[in-house]
Amino acid sequence: MERGINNERNGNQGLLRRIAGTGLSARLLLGAALIVLPIVTAALGRSYVVYLYSLVMVYVIVTLGLNILTGYTGQISIGHAGFMAVAAYTSAILTGRFGVPFSLALIVASLLAAALGLGLGVPALRLQGHYLAIATLGFGVAVGQLSASWDKLTGGYQGMKAPVAAILGFRFDTDLKYYYLVLVLTWLSVEAAQNMLCSRPGRALMAVRDSEVAAQAMGINLAKYKVTAFAVSAFYAGIAGVLHAHLTRYVSPYDFNMGVSMTLLSAIVVGGLGSVPGSILGAVFMTILPHVFSRVKNLPLILAGLSLILVVLFLPYGLVSLPLKIKSAALRARARRATKSGNA
Amino acid sequence: MAMLELQGVTVRFGGLVAVNSLSFDVQEGTIHGLIGPNGAGKSTVFNVVSRFIRQDAGEIRFRGQALDCEPHEVVMRGIGRTFQNVELFRGQTVLDNVMIGLHTAGKTDVLGGALQTRRVREEEAATAKRAHETLRFLGIAEYAGRRAYGLPYGVQKLIELARALALRPSLILLDEPVAGMNPTERMELAGVIRQIRSEFGMTVLLVEHDMSFVMNLCDRITVMNFGSKISEGTPPEVQQDPQVIHAYLGEEEQDAAAR
Repeated sequence: MERGINNERNGNQGLLRRIAGTGLSARLLLGAALIVLPIVTAALGRSYVVYLYSLVMVYVIVTLGLNILTGYTGQISIGHAGFMAVAAYTSAILTGRFGVPFSLALIVASLLAAALGLGLGVPALRLQGHYLAIATLGFGVAVGQLSASWDKLTGGYQGMKAPVAAILGFRFDTDLKYYYLVLVLTWLSVEAAQNMLCSRPGRALMAVRDSEVAAQAMGINLAKYKVTAFAVSAFYAGIAGVLHAHLTRYVSPYDFNMGVSMTLLSAIVVGGLGSVPGSILGAVFMTILPHVFSRVKNLPLILAGLSLILVVLFLPYGLVSLPLKIKSAALRARARRATKSGNA
Repeated sequence: MAMLELQGVTVRFGGLVAVNSLSFDVQEGTIHGLIGPNGAGKSTVFNVVSRFIRQDAGEIRFRGQALDCEPHEVVMRGIGRTFQNVELFRGQTVLDNVMIGLHTAGKTDVLGGALQTRRVREEEAATAKRAHETLRFLGIAEYAGRRAYGLPYGVQKLIELARALALRPSLILLDEPVAGMNPTERMELAGVIRQIRSEFGMTVLLVEHDMSFVMNLCDRITVMNFGSKISEGTPPEVQQDPQVIHAYLGEEEQDAAAR
C-alpha cells in the first residue's frame, strides 16, 4: 500500500490551480463550468444526468474522506460505507420522523459518523495492515446487518424514505436544485481537506504514514493522529451519506453494502492514493463507469476490476499521475530522437 | 553539569541482555561519542533514550529529571535524534520533512488547518521560514522543493539532521551520521557538528563506526562491548586502553593495514 502513495507538493496544491495552471481565474472558470453544466444538461431534458452529477459529487466527498485515512495516513478501511449508512439513516430518521431541519440533521448525522470513526479508531490503534482491514470490514458488515434487521428503526430490507432536503424553507425538490446544494458542500469539503492537508495536521498524518518511529521522534502522537484521521474520514463519509439519502430520497441496506466500500477503496487506488485530485478522479471514474456500461450485465464490475489491475500495474500513482507519465514519456522520446539525429 | 545521565540501565530482549547495567554521563556542551563493535548495544541505548524501548532496570535522567515519558514527548523535553537507516518521510518534500521536525513548535489542529485562519497562515509562514533557515545552515536549501525520496544518500542524511536540528534541541542524538558519506562530506559534517555546538550550544551524543571521525571530533568517548561499558575517557585515553584495543580498535587497525 505504501508504495502506491503520491503526494508531491503540487498534488497538494489547489485542485483547480493544478487542472488549469494557476490562480483565481482557473478556479472561476471551473466554478462557472460546474454552475452552467447542469443547467445545460437539464435544458436538454436530461434530468437523470443532473442526478448523476450529484451522485458523482457525493462519492467525491466520501472518497476524499477515505483517502485522508488510507492514502494520507496509511490506515486502511474496508468498511467505509458503514459510516455513510449510519449518517444516511440518522438523517432520514431525524428529518422524516422527528421533523428536524435538514441542516441540523446533516450536522448531527455527520458528527455521529465522526464519533463512530473515533470509536473505531481507538481499537484500531492496536491493529495494523490485514488486522485493521478485517476490523473495519467487520464494522461495515455489522452496520449493514444491523440496518437490515432493525426493522422498527430502519424499515429493514424495504428501506425507508428520506424527505426532500430544505434549508430555511427553501426546498431542494428538483434534481437541479439539489445539485447546487451538493456542489456547495462538495466544494467546501474539497477546500477544507486541501487546506488541512497542506498544513501542520496534514503533514503529521503523512509523517505517520511514512515512518511511525520518525513521526514519534518529531513529537507526533501516533494515537492522536490515527484516531483523528478516522474521525475526519468518517465525518466526510457522514456528509456523503446524508447527501446520498436526500438525493435518492430513500435509504436501504443495499445503498451502503460491502460492494460500495470496495468501490470506494478502488476509487482511491485508481484515482491516486494520497492525492486530492486523485480522489476526485477516482470517484468520478468509479461512479460513472456503471452508468455508462449499464446495458451489459456485470460489465461495469469487470471493467472496474480490470482498471484496478491496470492502474496497480502501470500507474502505481493512479490516474492523477497520467499527465506526468505522458509528459516524461514524451521527453524521453524527444531525447532519443535528439541523440539519434546528433549521431547522424 | 551532566545533561544526560544513565545509571545502571539494563535492557533485555527475551534471554538476550542487549544493554547490561550501563552507566555514563553526557556533559553539557560536549560532543560525546558512543562506540563499540556491531551488536554492542549502541542503537539500543539510543532507543532507550528516545523511549522507543523501556529499560528493564536502571534510570535515565535528563537535565536532572527522570526521563520517563512517551516517545513522542521526548522531543518536547529537548532531545532530537536521527536514525541509523535514514527514516525520512519519503513521500514529502524536503521542506515538509523539516517542517514536520517543527511539529511541536506549532499549534494548528485539523479544524484550524481546514479553515486557514490568519493565525494558521502566520504560523505556517513562520514554520517554513525556520525550516528554510536550517536547510540553508546545512547547505541543502536547493533541495527544499524536491521530494525526499530518491535524493543522494548523503543529502538524505543531511535532511534528517536538518529535521532534528530545526527545533534547536538541547541534546541531539546522531546515529551513524556519516555512514554512506565520502571523505569530503565526512570532513564537512564534522565541521557542521562542531558548529552546532558552538552556535546553538547543543550537546551531541553520537554513534559512529568511522574511528578517525570519532577520534577527531569527540571530547569524550564511551566504549561498549556486548552491552557493557568497557572504557570511557578522552579519545587518546580510549585509544590507549588495552581493553578497547582488544575488543575493537585492534581489529580496526588490522583492517586498516589490510587495506
